[in-house]
Amino acid sequence: MKEGSAAERLYNGLIKENPTLVIVLGMCPTLAVTTSAMNGIGMGLSTTVVLALSNLFISLLRNIIPDKIRIPAFIVIIATFVTMVDMLMEGFTPALYTQLGIYIPLIVVNCIILGRAEAYAYSNGPASSFFDGVGMGLGFTCAITLIGFIRELIGSGAVFGMPLGNLSDFTPTIFVMAPGAFFVLATIIAVRAKIIDNIEKKKGERLPVKHTDEDGIDCATCSARATCSGHMGTEQQ
Amino acid sequence: MTFASILGIMIMSMLINNVVLSQFLGICPFLGVSKKVDTASGMGAAVIFVITIASVIAALIYTFILDPLGLSYLNTIVFILVIAALVQFVEMFLKKCIPSLYSALGVFLPLITTNCAVLGVVLLNVQEDYNILESVVNGLATAVGFAIAIIILAGLREKMKYNDIPKPIQGMPLVMFTSGLMAIAFCGFSGLK
Repeated sequence: MKEGSAAERLYNGLIKENPTLVIVLGMCPTLAVTTSAMNGIGMGLSTTVVLALSNLFISLLRNIIPDKIRIPAFIVIIATFVTMVDMLMEGFTPALYTQLGIYIPLIVVNCIILGRAEAYAYSNGPASSFFDGVGMGLGFTCAITLIGFIRELIGSGAVFGMPLGNLSDFTPTIFVMAPGAFFVLATIIAVRAKIIDNIEKKKGERLPVKHTDEDGIDCATCSARATCSGHMGTEQQ
Repeated sequence: MTFASILGIMIMSMLINNVVLSQFLGICPFLGVSKKVDTASGMGAAVIFVITIASVIAALIYTFILDPLGLSYLNTIVFILVIAALVQFVEMFLKKCIPSLYSALGVFLPLITTNCAVLGVVLLNVQEDYNILESVVNGLATAVGFAIAIIILAGLREKMKYNDIPKPIQGMPLVMFTSGLMAIAFCGFSGLK
C-alpha cells in the first residue's frame, strides 16, 4: 500500500497503530462510557467525526499556524468541532446525549485527537490527514465497542441492548460498574500481550513490535508524546 | 447554603464519586505517574493546586461573563483555553515568586493542562448549577479525591514491585487490575449517601 494513501491510513489506524489497544491512548472515555456496546459506538463515532474534521482543518491551516502557538491553535479548532458535535447530538440523539453526558465535551482533551494533530496532520496533506483521522477514529470505535460489548454481555446479559432471555438474572453487575471497566481492559491488554509473546516464541526471535517502558506504554514513539501527561513522570523517575 | 450541604458535596466528590475510580477522569496521570509514593504525592499536590484555582476562575467567568451574556454554548472552548493559560501563568508565577513551591510542583504543572479531570470538574460545576463557593469546594474535594487515589495506588505498586507476576500481566494490566480492586473498595463509600 502506498504511504499516505487512503487505504494505508485506514489500515494503520484500525490495525497497526490502533490508538486504544496498541498505543493505549484516550483511556478516560474508553473506561467511562463502555457500559454498553451502543454507548461505545456513539462515543466512537462522535470522536471519529471530530478527529477527521480537526485533522482536515489543521492540515489545511498548517502553513498559516505559527509553530510556537500551534498547541493552543489545535485546541481551539478541536474545541470548535466538539462544540458542534455536542449541539448536534443534543438535538438529534437526545437519549445517547444523556447517556454520554460530560464525556462529550471532554472529547476536547482526548489525547488521541491532539496526538494525531501534532504527529500527523501538522506535517501532512489534507486528504491523507482526513483519512488518518477516519482510520484512527474507527480504530478507537472498534476497540471501545468491543469493550462495551463484553461488559454489556457479562454485566447485564444483553447484546446491543437486546436482553438474552433471562440471562440478566445470573450476571455479575460489577462488570457494568466502574471496577468492571478496569478488569475488562486489563484482560484484553494481557491477552494481547500473551498472543504477541507466543508468536515471538514460535518464531524464535523478537518481533519488532515496540519497546515499552515497564508499564507497557510506548512513550518514546507515542504520537501524543508532546501533549500527553503520562510520560514525563515515568521518564524522570 | 448550610454547612451540611458543603460537607455533603465534599464527601460526595472526594469519596463516593471519586474522580478517578468512579468517574474515570484523569486516568492518564493516575496510571502514568503512580510508580513511587513521592512523585504521586507531588502530582496529587499539583492537581489540588491547579483544580482549585481553575474552579475559582472558571466559576467567576461563568457567573459574570458567559451566563449573563447567554454565551454558555462557548463553555468548552473558553474553559479549555482558560485552563491552558492558567497552568502557564501559575508556572511562571511560582517560578518567579515562590521558588520552593515551584521546585516541588514544577515538573508536574505542564502535565496538568491535558488532564481531563480539570476540564471535567469545571464542566460538572456548571452542569450541577453550583454557585461560586460550591464550585470551589467541589473542585478542592475532587482534587483531594484524586490525590488519595493516586497515593494509594503508588503505595500498592511499590509493594508489588518485587512480586512474581506472570509476564503478560506485568505492567499495565497489573496496574489496571489493582485499580479495579481499589474501585470495588471505593464502591463501599456509596453507603455514606
